Amino acid sequence: MDSIVIDSLRKSFHEDLPPAVDMRSVITIPKGELFGIIGPDGAGKTTLFRMLATLIRPDSGTASVEGLDIVRDYRKIRTMIGYMPGKFSLYSDLSVRENLEFFASVFGKDIEANYSLIENIYCRLRPFEKRKAGRLSGGMKQKLALCCSLIHSPSVLFLDEPTTGVDPSSRRELWENLGELRTSGMTIVVSTAYMDEAGRCDRVAMMKSGRFLAVDSPADIISGFGARLLAVRSDEMFRLLHDLRSLPFVRKCYTFGDMHHVILNDDADLSAQAGYGSDAAAIASILENRGHSGVVVKDVEASLEDCYMNLEEK
Amino acid sequence: MKEFFAFVRKEFLHIFRDVRTLLVLVGLPTVLIVLFGFAISTEIRNVNVGMCTQDDDTAITRLMEKVDRSEYFTYVGRYDSGADVDEAMRRGEIDAALIFSDDFSAGLMRPGGSEIAVIADATNPNNASMEVMYLSSIVSDYFREDLETAMMSMPQASSSGQVVPNLRMLYNPQLKSSYNFVPGIMGLILLLICALMTSVSIVREKETGSMEVLLVSPVKPISIVFAKMIPYFVISCVVLINILLLTIFVLKVPIAGSFFWMILVSVIYIILSLGIGMLVSTLVKTQIIATLICGMIFMVPVMMLSGMLYPIESMPEPFQWLAQVVPAKWFIEAIRKIMIEGVPVRYVLKEIAVLTLMATVIFAVAVKKFNDRLD
Repeated sequence: MDSIVIDSLRKSFHEDLPPAVDMRSVITIPKGELFGIIGPDGAGKTTLFRMLATLIRPDSGTASVEGLDIVRDYRKIRTMIGYMPGKFSLYSDLSVRENLEFFASVFGKDIEANYSLIENIYCRLRPFEKRKAGRLSGGMKQKLALCCSLIHSPSVLFLDEPTTGVDPSSRRELWENLGELRTSGMTIVVSTAYMDEAGRCDRVAMMKSGRFLAVDSPADIISGFGARLLAVRSDEMFRLLHDLRSLPFVRKCYTFGDMHHVILNDDADLSAQAGYGSDAAAIASILENRGHSGVVVKDVEASLEDCYMNLEEK
Repeated sequence: MKEFFAFVRKEFLHIFRDVRTLLVLVGLPTVLIVLFGFAISTEIRNVNVGMCTQDDDTAITRLMEKVDRSEYFTYVGRYDSGADVDEAMRRGEIDAALIFSDDFSAGLMRPGGSEIAVIADATNPNNASMEVMYLSSIVSDYFREDLETAMMSMPQASSSGQVVPNLRMLYNPQLKSSYNFVPGIMGLILLLICALMTSVSIVREKETGSMEVLLVSPVKPISIVFAKMIPYFVISCVVLINILLLTIFVLKVPIAGSFFWMILVSVIYIILSLGIGMLVSTLVKTQIIATLICGMIFMVPVMMLSGMLYPIESMPEPFQWLAQVVPAKWFIEAIRKIMIEGVPVRYVLKEIAVLTLMATVIFAVAVKKFNDRLD
């Protein structure tokens, strides 16, 4: 059964600006899926979340959550979803425990009833139960917010950038928690600006300018990359970027961590021309001829981020 | 219902965690009542009076003794000329003076009579006019008594044809300014606490983003707002009792009318103010704007147009019309009638009806305007 159906949703905040969300197709998210939305700031992720969480009405198009229309049946939807906004939005002047109790009772539940659901997350917060929520660390705040949005055992969970501003180890823990939650059959929609996190999702939507550019499992997205990719490094990274971009057989070159990633033209066949064993060796020698030292060139597998960078081109 | 009480409990926690704001809420009315009751007073006291005469006259000496005995004036001394009086006034020795014409006592028996000039420092016009009024009433009192004794000794003279005004100040015989200010301050403070605090606390949830989470919950958004009003309703009632206790026991203003009706009118006014706060919160997005609207745009009409400081009857007509829509005007009028005049409730029904109507309209508009979405 489909948990969420998004059908050409569109929302624009100002006539002169392009729409914040402009879906042009039908996207369905089946029940129990961990669905990731990745995209840069301003891609329209938050607006999409707010529409699905019934907080704002779309200009046109429809969407349903658990078979309920987001405009017409918004009251019913609100009883069955959990929503965690991107901005920390609990009460800083209430303690950890008070926040949790409050959100439980808002849904007419008590903490004990659904404690099993948050046990793994909340055990980390237990030592700080009496502390004011405003004085928690960034990671702890997000964990508390997650607990608060889970305490009523929602069937669909919307998490808007839950890992922004959170340290790497807390991020990993949070994703492990999401993985555990998925096994309980909960549909989870999570947005993030970190590409490395998207690999943990069942399916990923790449979002840009209010649209989903690609929706597929991370593995399928990567296998659909369809171009040869090389990672290049030398002692002069900045000059290297220019030199690489000036090469006729390089389609695209961009910085990726401490390397530059180079996408070759499909028809480029350097090894055959110059008698080198591989494209990598050919490029290394070209660069050394141009005075680069410490050159490293190697073939790499495309990552989600590479896929994302190239989607933008289309 | 359980959800609703969870909200109310949370609101109380917010308020009690913010001790400073709570202290201001409870302390401000106390300070204002004491300030208006004692320090800011339109009564005159300890006015220094000088006197100028050319000759030694027992009548003048006795008059000045009488002036000195009154609780308003202190007799400072005698000056030889008008110029000396002027000089003394500039030096700040005296605030008012009596200048007697030459040959004063003898002149009284002559047909032309004698003259007394009453002079006052009109830098503060309100004080000056009161000083002049009080001084002339002491003088005329004195001479009436004096003449009556004189006439007793002359039985053939009749006192017919004399008009003696008999002044009585009803409801506030001592002309205490606190009688006027207490209803005014009640109108001001209750509006401040209810409208300002409710609107700020609702808008704060919008600003911090917690409203987003609250809206995505099964709780009816309107009960979120009502839950916010309850703590401020309770605080307003505490403040109301505090003001009344201070009024009765510290300012010694008696409650002339029905205590029950006074409380009821106040409760209607509190509910009305809460509605105003809610209406403001539906219209604005930031706490600063909410504070400005409640603190400035509402406070000024309450001070100026409610009859608290200036009588509405003496304003230009457009302002009188404007004053009719200021809720505080009706509240202050009703409280004055019940508390000071002590009239039965049927004379206050109009005010009660207007306040109730205003409360209904404002709540209706606020509930209609309340948005349970973000856009």
